[in-house]
Amino acid sequence: MNNPYLPYPVRIDSVITETEDRNLKTFKLVFLDPEDEKKFSYTPGQFAILSVAGLGEIPIGIATSPTEQGFIKFTVNKVGKVTNHLHNMQAGDIMGVRGPMGNCYPWDLLEGKNVVIIGGGFAFTTLRSSIVYMIDPKNRSKFGKIDVVYGARFPGLLLYKDELAQWERRSDINMHITVDSSSDPNWKYNVGFVPAVTKQKAPSAENSYAIICGPPIMIKFTLPVLTELGFPPERIISSLEMRMKCGIGICGRCNIGTEYVCKDGPVFTLEQLSKLPTEY
Amino acid sequence: MSDIYIEKGNFIPGVIERLMGRYRVHGPVKNGRFHEFSLLKNAAEADLGFQNTRLSPKEIFHPQAERMFEFSLAKDDPQAGILKEADKDFSPRVVLGIRPCDAKAFQLDDANFITETIKDPWWARRREAATMIGLACDSPCPTCFCTSMGSGPYDTAGLDVLLVDTGDGYVAEVLSERGENTLLVTSGWSSVSSSVRASLADKKKAAERSIAGTFDPAAIAKREMLELYNSPIWEEVQFACINCGTCTFVCPTCWCFDIQEEVYEDKGERLRMWDSCMFPLFTLHGSGHNPRNQKTQRVRQRFMHKLKYYQDKYNSGPACVGCGRCVQACPVNIDIRQVGRQMASPDCACPA
Amino acid sequence: MQVYSEKIREAAKRLLSEKRVDAVIGFRRGTVPFMNEPFLAKTPEQADQFVWDGNCGINLANYLPKMTGNIAIAAKGCDSRSIVIHLLENQIKREQLYVLGIPCQAMTDKAKIQEKLNGRQILQAEDMGGTVRVSGRDFEQTFERADFLQQNCAICTHRNPVIYDELLGEPVKEQEIDRYEDIRKIESMLSEEKRLYFDDLIKPCIRCYACRNACPACYCPTCFVDESKPQWMGKTTDPTDTRTFHFLRAFHVAGRCTDCGSCERSCPVGIKMRMFTKKLEKEVKELYGYEAGVIQDQRPPLDTYRPDDPEPFLG
Repeated sequence: MNNPYLPYPVRIDSVITETEDRNLKTFKLVFLDPEDEKKFSYTPGQFAILSVAGLGEIPIGIATSPTEQGFIKFTVNKVGKVTNHLHNMQAGDIMGVRGPMGNCYPWDLLEGKNVVIIGGGFAFTTLRSSIVYMIDPKNRSKFGKIDVVYGARFPGLLLYKDELAQWERRSDINMHITVDSSSDPNWKYNVGFVPAVTKQKAPSAENSYAIICGPPIMIKFTLPVLTELGFPPERIISSLEMRMKCGIGICGRCNIGTEYVCKDGPVFTLEQLSKLPTEY
Repeated sequence: MSDIYIEKGNFIPGVIERLMGRYRVHGPVKNGRFHEFSLLKNAAEADLGFQNTRLSPKEIFHPQAERMFEFSLAKDDPQAGILKEADKDFSPRVVLGIRPCDAKAFQLDDANFITETIKDPWWARRREAATMIGLACDSPCPTCFCTSMGSGPYDTAGLDVLLVDTGDGYVAEVLSERGENTLLVTSGWSSVSSSVRASLADKKKAAERSIAGTFDPAAIAKREMLELYNSPIWEEVQFACINCGTCTFVCPTCWCFDIQEEVYEDKGERLRMWDSCMFPLFTLHGSGHNPRNQKTQRVRQRFMHKLKYYQDKYNSGPACVGCGRCVQACPVNIDIRQVGRQMASPDCACPA
Repeated sequence: MQVYSEKIREAAKRLLSEKRVDAVIGFRRGTVPFMNEPFLAKTPEQADQFVWDGNCGINLANYLPKMTGNIAIAAKGCDSRSIVIHLLENQIKREQLYVLGIPCQAMTDKAKIQEKLNGRQILQAEDMGGTVRVSGRDFEQTFERADFLQQNCAICTHRNPVIYDELLGEPVKEQEIDRYEDIRKIESMLSEEKRLYFDDLIKPCIRCYACRNACPACYCPTCFVDESKPQWMGKTTDPTDTRTFHFLRAFHVAGRCTDCGSCERSCPVGIKMRMFTKKLEKEVKELYGYEAGVIQDQRPPLDTYRPDDPEPFLG
């Protein structure tokens, strides 16, 4: 019987420090057994449980898109026991991955639509997965306009800076990169909070879905902007975080009302959330 | 599959010894003040005259703590950091004397551990390897309320065999092929006499009548989730609670667990152990944010989960079988029957 | 003790209607025999539910740490000493409290009575003061309460509250009794015998932490068992971890425990963990001449340093 608690062994292929404060690192992982990679078939929006033997497990959004073969990437924030240890690990070290877990962004509904992606801080990981997936030549024609608003407190805290710059130069995606403030005279993108920039760029709500991921305060102030632009609750999509252990809807701790964030989520529309207790 | 009868003298030790010859048998054993479901070391240990055990028999399928995986952390070991499954014993076993409420509870737990997409391997295999031989209740406790929760003192849900104590012997109602096969290793059975058969229906009725009715879970299912969640009753219900976790640990339908690592020198294990929504740590994020950092929220979560969320999620009855253990064990006498009554009635915000 | 019920109700109604306090903590009648439920009354009407009898064993001071507003609380001897500890440790301010002192006539041990009944189910238990009338489906029996007291009550030497704003009855005579007879028995055991005794004592522990949560002295926002950086001990029922929990908790409450018995009362599996706390209570008494919470401005010895502190471990 397939044991859902048993991690696939993976090797750390590279570790890149993403942010100036060194709190965020991207880990590129390669499956030791190529068969495992086939079993780990995922869709953007899903997460996985990273397992470090002797320390514990953590749920992290998958940052790569399934269009990228041969490896998977996770961007991890240094917060506690496991992440501190993980941040000290190096290329060549062995760890484990369980997954993919959770539901994904509703790609069947997004087909043929315009997509507005709004991200803040280090919540951008599954959004990267989504962007890479959408602009892949095999997929691009499935979607309409793609607008991205991504902000961080200052330039040094932006993730995937090289890729952001690449995407910015493309014509098939509208990037609106912003920072709260910048002391860099060469900063050529926007300056302003994510809600304000969203309001300014005013992406059309017609035939559009909005996917929003970020710190609670960013979401709190961006939602009214989206509503004003005409996005109804069933077309505003968010991805939640919760303390998790099993990740497969069995240990009972990540529930919001009847829904397990790990299994019935982490992706929920605003309409779904409005029917649930506000316990998150 | 028909009913069969055996005299008590032939059951203990005879039947039990035969079962122990082929299976691992768990039965009620008196230990100090309370009974517990233990692996029988000898037939005489089993005390089928018990009321119910203090802790539920969920330990049999969901141990308080168990090893999930083992791993090496030795620097020169090429297998270091890779988890290996820990050895388990899934050999067949018999749970003898389990009460109908507890047997039903395990069916409710199955909905959590065994789903269409995911199966908990350890729970599932233990359940598959177990024959449930239940014992009907003729003298329910004053804290029992199984009849209100969709179970009953003679309920057969989740059982392979139901034993009824007739005084001189036991009538065994064989309910499944597994039950029939398990009893094949035993002997001494005869057919049920007509006088005994005639008494069974009355005994069942008498037992059911002796259990006081309480709230109707269907009334809670009908109410709006958010209306219940925002109800003013929780402020009052939560005061006495000390968030100690006793209720969750004695409850047969509480299954929440934690996963932890333990390391010793260059070896380690990944374990799981019971956890409780009563503990603040249960929902604490790494960032320090805790969606349930107040006692009111945790107390509300427990009752909402058992009596409302579970009903909504699985379109079945509540995650409660009315065994009454939480009522007996709660050090501050928080009574789920009272809370249930308050949840069922939109007008009642007062104590019962 | 019937008279206490009326006095608590009267005082509570008065304090609430005069708005002297925002809430009153006491007990209301429980739903099972021998149990009362801790209850917070916010209106004079709610105050009618207060009762007091021999089933008020839980220490109400447990609810005080970090409470806001003005609160009245019914407190027997041991509870009042716990309140003093809370005041010394800044868990609540004296100005917030209105203590309704109750000279205690000892609490009933329902487990002892249950044992005497040999498995017969109790349907009703009526506390008549000196006796308890217990009835079931087909029996009725009256017990002398004095023979069935909670263990800590039987050896209690501080029945009268040490702090109060109102005393609800005449002070009772304090006992002159040897509190440590059972502890000395254990002390005289050989090492191996002692180890087996302790292992046996905590063997049923399921790590539910009811003892810790019922204890007024245990109010740490994060208990040592829940720390993860570093993690001090495992969370399973491994005997070493269980031993660590009980021993360490006893040390954490040493000099602060008032032997209210709430820990033993709450334990679902009947563990007598007071064996550990009482041993340390004896040590604190012998080394520092201190009894928790008896004198209002005397801090527990383990959180103060005095140059003349006994140091028997130094040569």
